[in-house]
Amino acid sequence: MYDIILNITGSEILSMIISAALPLFLFILPFALVAVLAERKVSAFMQDRLGPTRVGPKGTLQTVADILKLFQKEDIIPSEADKKLFNLAPILVFAGSFAVFAAIPFSGAYIGTMADVGVFYIIAISSLVVAGILMAGWASNNKYSLLGAVRSVSQIISYEIPTALVILSLVMLAGTLNMYDLTNMQTEYFWNWFIFGGPATGIQKILLIPFMVVGFVIIYISTLAEVNRTPFDIPEAESELVAGYHTEYSGMKFAIFFLAEYANMFAVSAIVATLFFGGFQSPFGYIGNLLGAEWMIPIEQFLWFTVKGLFFVFVQMWLRWTLPRLRVDQLMALCWKYLIPYAFVNLIIIGIISLI
Amino acid sequence: MAIKTEEMVLNMGPQHPSTHGVLRLELKLSGELITGVTPHIGYLHRCFEKHCEAMTYPQVIPYTDRMDYLASMYNNFGYVTAVEKLMGIEVPERVEYIRIIMGELQRIASHMVAIGTNGLDIGAFTPFLYLFRDREKILSLFEMTCGARLLYNYMWIGGVSHDLHPDFLRLTKEFIDYFRPNITELNNLLSYNKIFVERTANVGVLPADVAINYGMTGPNLRASGINYDLRKDEPYSIYDRFDFNVPVGEGKMGTLGDCWDRYYMRVLEMEESLKIVEQAIAQIPDGDVHSAIPKRIKPPVGSIYHRVENPRGELGYFIVSDGSMNPFRVKVRPPSFVSLELMDELCKGHLVSDVVAILGSIDIVLGEVDR
Amino acid sequence: MKTPEEIFEILKSKFGEEGVTFTGDQAGDPYVTVLPEIFRKVAVYLFKNEDMNFDSLMLLSGVDDANGEKTKDANENEIITGGTLSVYYNLFSLTHRHKLTVRVSVPRETPEVESITDIWRTADWHEREAYDMFGIIFKNHPDLRRILMPYDWDAGYPLRKDYQNPEFYHGMKVPY
Repeated sequence: MYDIILNITGSEILSMIISAALPLFLFILPFALVAVLAERKVSAFMQDRLGPTRVGPKGTLQTVADILKLFQKEDIIPSEADKKLFNLAPILVFAGSFAVFAAIPFSGAYIGTMADVGVFYIIAISSLVVAGILMAGWASNNKYSLLGAVRSVSQIISYEIPTALVILSLVMLAGTLNMYDLTNMQTEYFWNWFIFGGPATGIQKILLIPFMVVGFVIIYISTLAEVNRTPFDIPEAESELVAGYHTEYSGMKFAIFFLAEYANMFAVSAIVATLFFGGFQSPFGYIGNLLGAEWMIPIEQFLWFTVKGLFFVFVQMWLRWTLPRLRVDQLMALCWKYLIPYAFVNLIIIGIISLI
Repeated sequence: MAIKTEEMVLNMGPQHPSTHGVLRLELKLSGELITGVTPHIGYLHRCFEKHCEAMTYPQVIPYTDRMDYLASMYNNFGYVTAVEKLMGIEVPERVEYIRIIMGELQRIASHMVAIGTNGLDIGAFTPFLYLFRDREKILSLFEMTCGARLLYNYMWIGGVSHDLHPDFLRLTKEFIDYFRPNITELNNLLSYNKIFVERTANVGVLPADVAINYGMTGPNLRASGINYDLRKDEPYSIYDRFDFNVPVGEGKMGTLGDCWDRYYMRVLEMEESLKIVEQAIAQIPDGDVHSAIPKRIKPPVGSIYHRVENPRGELGYFIVSDGSMNPFRVKVRPPSFVSLELMDELCKGHLVSDVVAILGSIDIVLGEVDR
Repeated sequence: MKTPEEIFEILKSKFGEEGVTFTGDQAGDPYVTVLPEIFRKVAVYLFKNEDMNFDSLMLLSGVDDANGEKTKDANENEIITGGTLSVYYNLFSLTHRHKLTVRVSVPRETPEVESITDIWRTADWHEREAYDMFGIIFKNHPDLRRILMPYDWDAGYPLRKDYQNPEFYHGMKVPY
């Protein structure tokens, strides 16, 4: 992709920007449409009802109608609000979620940027969301929004620590921060995925499996908290704070918050899938190899990647509609008293095993 | 050196997703800890008591429906039994059985709403919808009998307005068999869910003596360990013919008298009500439901206070009659009015999220509080 | 478990004939009428005494007796002068399972009754409602203000028999 655009425009910077940003944008938009509809349908079927059925065949065009509605809504800014911060907040939140996609390998032939510090970059840039949320809560000039934003900040900052610890243990095992290389290490057969011990052989692999599973559970819970999904959705707890930090937003800005939340959900699902479940690798070889058609392989890899990401998104939605939400102090207690010690012990044990 | 901090006043205003109706709660916060709660009521005041003085005794019955709109059968029940006691009317056996069946089905429906909205406030969206699906079946049973789903005007002084539909008993039996396993499902999904228990155990503890002094009754009082149920201790109508238990709180998941106990009382009471309905269906005799309705309702001079066990507590009617066709004074003692006074006591020292859990567990309906 | 007659006999022997009277010959519940001056002592006695032990106040309701003189004022509206307002207390004992109804009558022009909020905490909101609807002032009440009507409603007490709706409230027309 980079080369094609370089030939067209002749400028390196421009082609780098376009090749990194455009396909991701073209991926996120349809994904968000599908995800919103999927959430409504999945929640409806779990609750013994049907969900949207009228717009389009079986309700598939519902999200398009919603986006059109949000486009033409009046943009209301509260009179005492801080206008600059109020307008900047959704952009920051969206930028934070969107920038994460640059380092995730979508398929063998496409990755936004081949940075050698991929994983580190992901952890760092996803913290930009915190600044955006705090700005949104403060600039709304509303006690409820402020409460929601403050809770959200403390939640996201705390839950980054178990995430980083688990990723660190994985990086220790693999020896590289580059997401592309991490994925390529889990080749061929699903037995090589990191959740089953990785491409190591022998006793090391068998010993690693339980700790990898523990690590996977910890990181899944922590990333649920990072994206503010139930059971950790205190910041936008509907029945307590009306809508938390995005109470005062209407129209397009609200649509951006919404979009950012679903993009974030997919981003963390993709990260978990890449780190533990082999990313774009297929569990049992490629059809392209079988038929001898080499050009099919990147497409198949992309499909596998999307399927894994969507599966984890589905599990996130499933959890949302089943579990009640945790209170603020219980949330903090869970992170600091349980997840961090377990993640730390996990790290040490994996380190010891990798020396064997 | 202590930092000087101010108390913040947060308004959970009349429009809020989880105050059950139009209720304004003024919370005084210091950080996230609550130091005081002041409820402001009166948004739904419709001067029910003044209206009663201008109408005849039977005309008051539709007005009593609209007080606690989630348990309308029981409001009717309380009023008509009070007037019948004042006038000394004996109703036929069939009427008594019909009233009890309707009352207990209404108790199940009301507890479904209470449990569902309690879960909804804590964040569990799905049990709410499952319970409402089951409640629809009860409401269609009511619709079959008297034509209305929510506000019935069904019980009249001396009888009931319509006799049972021929299919009613069979469909009620089917409903009982359908609903019993759903209670087990509800327990697995919500009651014993670790997150729900963490949110409600040890929150809003109500000691027994405080409860009695504040006049708390019903499932809230029984959750604090006191075994007092009007259906057993002062049986009105023919409740003494049925065999059922009265659930009393035991502090199973935390302190005695916390939110979980109050929630779980309602789940257990739904099961007991199913037992009562089953027995009543088996024993119901035939008869004419309109035979004891007097032509003119003119009670003698006097006053009476009669109480029944509403799903929310003890509903009392104080009727003063001066011998004419209109009541001289009708005063209602709503259980939610009395329960709401306790919010200040219960919420001190908890967090904002707990206010919602506590409000859900004491189960108020604003139509009753404001009349 | 005592009947109201027995309780009345005990109260009569303790507080004297003039203080308490018994009305039991009408339909419904019998009640004991207590003079306002000794009402608080009677209430404390009913709460604290071992045999009585009325630990639960079920209901507190104001009643406009409308037994005064009915005249018509300037606009042809009926107003009542003189007569009494009453407060009925329904008490219940959880330990002994007996009930009692106590009635206190106060003159219409100066309706003042001692508050019993510190004995039975539930009386707090009930007394506020009696004040709101009838204008009965409860002395020593911690926070006596309107509860169901708006806080600044100044056009009278709605449940009195001679209450008239005002024309306007904050610029909104009241009767429509």
